Amino acid sequence: MFDLERWQEIFETLRKNKLRTFLTGLSVASGIFILVILLGFSKGIENGVKSQFEQDATNRISVWTGVTTKGYKGLNPGRYVQLKNSSFESVERKYDDYFEYRSKDYMIWGGTVTYKNESGNYRIRGTLPDNQFIENADIGYGRFVSQLDLADKKKVAVIGNKMKKDLFKEEDPIDKNIQIFGVNFKVVGVFYDPGGDREESQVYIPVTTAQQVFNAGDNIRNMSFTVNMADNFDEAVAQSTAIAQGIETQIKELHTVAPDDQSAVRVNNTLEEAQKIYSLIATIQAVFWFVGIGTIIAGIVGVGNIMLIIVKERTKEIGIRKALGALPMSIVGMILQEAVFVTIFAGLFGLIFGLGLLELVGPQIDSDFIKYPQVDFNIALTTVFILVIAGAFAGFIPAYRAAKIKPIVALRDE
Amino acid sequence: MIQIKDLHKSYHMGSNSLHVLKGINFNVSEGELVSIMGSSGSGKSTLLNILGMLDEADSGQYILDGVPIKNLNEKIAAKYRNEFLGFIFQSFNLINYKSALDNVSMPLYYKGIKRKERTDKAMHYLEKVGLAEWSHHLPSELSGGQKQRVAIARALASEPKVLLADEPTGALDTKTSYEVMDLIQGINDEGKTILVVTHEHDIAQMTKRIVNLKDGVIIDDSKVEQVRALTHV
Ligand SMILES: Nc1ncnc2c1ncn2[C@@H]1O[C@H](COP(=O)(O)OP(=O)(O)O)[C@@H](O)[C@H]1O
Ligand SMILES: [Mg+2]
Repeated sequence: MFDLERWQEIFETLRKNKLRTFLTGLSVASGIFILVILLGFSKGIENGVKSQFEQDATNRISVWTGVTTKGYKGLNPGRYVQLKNSSFESVERKYDDYFEYRSKDYMIWGGTVTYKNESGNYRIRGTLPDNQFIENADIGYGRFVSQLDLADKKKVAVIGNKMKKDLFKEEDPIDKNIQIFGVNFKVVGVFYDPGGDREESQVYIPVTTAQQVFNAGDNIRNMSFTVNMADNFDEAVAQSTAIAQGIETQIKELHTVAPDDQSAVRVNNTLEEAQKIYSLIATIQAVFWFVGIGTIIAGIVGVGNIMLIIVKERTKEIGIRKALGALPMSIVGMILQEAVFVTIFAGLFGLIFGLGLLELVGPQIDSDFIKYPQVDFNIALTTVFILVIAGAFAGFIPAYRAAKIKPIVALRDE
Repeated sequence: MIQIKDLHKSYHMGSNSLHVLKGINFNVSEGELVSIMGSSGSGKSTLLNILGMLDEADSGQYILDGVPIKNLNEKIAAKYRNEFLGFIFQSFNLINYKSALDNVSMPLYYKGIKRKERTDKAMHYLEKVGLAEWSHHLPSELSGGQKQRVAIARALASEPKVLLADEPTGALDTKTSYEVMDLIQGINDEGKTILVVTHEHDIAQMTKRIVNLKDGVIIDDSKVEQVRALTHV
């Protein structure tokens, strides 16, 4: 293997058979190249899908209520289940250790908001400070609703960026007064939401203020929580599913709702949604691996084929070499060493070319579903070596058979 | 140098079997130049291939330079071929992508000789066959006679005990044939044992002894007055 004379002989053979060397190299290099690009784009799609669904916190549990559809304990169906501050507090008390963020909202689906001569219809949400994190709202200017606002029932508003653009144009909205249903609120912040215009067409105010201004007493419309993530994704799903079910049971008991009433109390667990997305990503990865492994197999078959042709083409030469005193193993060694050398060289070339192209083209790709295509260098390198080793094995059989051919057979004139 | 006793060889093709050599007996001493004659298909090549250990006899005895040749495995056959024998073929059998010089140094590579010495030696033998200036040419750039000279240089390079030539002039015109025979005679003059297979009488007359093969047996084996090839050129 490390015999210098042998290597000299091999280099000479390769140099003097440039076309053969080139074609072998090309097929290996293009196989690896395609593989790298494939793996790169699969990673890109994974990144894209992830970022598409990362806009809302993925471990969120929200509770909504509606009208009962079943009679229960003497109560008639058709009754609206009204969540109260106390409902929120009892849930909070029971599961506080598991929660990361908590919020109760009092919401008006649409209300007129006016600034000077501009006005529009927006969703108005009384909320708690934590909601900033539950909704993934980014504060662009100013601040979000604070504990102090809440305690003092301050008339402050945090408006979405869309609202800001509608009502204030280029003007700085901070500390300006807007009218919500004719009541003056001071703008203290502007938020961005990855959910876009729809999410940015709302205004947050303290929930206590909302309850007071809209005469809602201690009614709330819904509540939402985020659950601390367990390390293991499946564990996280199990835990958060259990909590969601616990909350549903608790609320139903509290408000005397039949346990099997589907529409009166709805607890939505987004972690389950996230799991669907994770399994979608896993499927995409599996598909690409499948295609990738197929490419490798095709590559191995290709290398094996090339070896077969090379050996066939060199049968006479092998006969001559044997007549001159070559040992069978030295023939096998020669053919394999040549093949392995060419495959490694070409494989690394294809690898570098593929990685280079991804590096170059990756940042140019601007699609929601493909982001930052990239390949783990180690994975790519491993595939090159798998191809080389497998190629050597595929080449061993024809090389061995050729070395076994009797010289007279190989030398026979035809 | 070569002792052969009751050598048999058959080829089997499916259910047919062809008995090619039916008990060959003959000896060759050191320094002889022997031609093996016979019509096409008489088994000349078969005999030469067995002598060259490219093929094996079914039965019989073969002693080469005091070494009994039997139960050859690939490894030993390769070693003997490399040490004892030089081959010259009708179709030259040069490696087409290697220069004349590299072709000649090939057997030396398998002897395990270092590159520098290989090149020196190969060059020496190319000079001997008169092709020093053509050392860097590929076989495709050489004439038939030149190719056969390269092949002869290659056969000589490993300094074998016996040269085996199977129709060395079969692919050459008369003039070139005689030039090649002149070269072979010169090598024999220096003491090398040489066996030449041919079916041409004029070529056979240029050796010192003619062995006539027919239907798998030797029908005639007699010394001849050697005709020097040079007188014809
Ligand atoms: N490998 C082989 N398999 C089968 N038959 C063979 C083989 N080699 C030679 N023969 C047959 O053996 C006979 C002798 O062949 P050969 O020794 O080449 O004759 P020559 O060299 O005298 O022309 C021929 O009939 C030929 O067809
Ligand atoms: Mg013949």
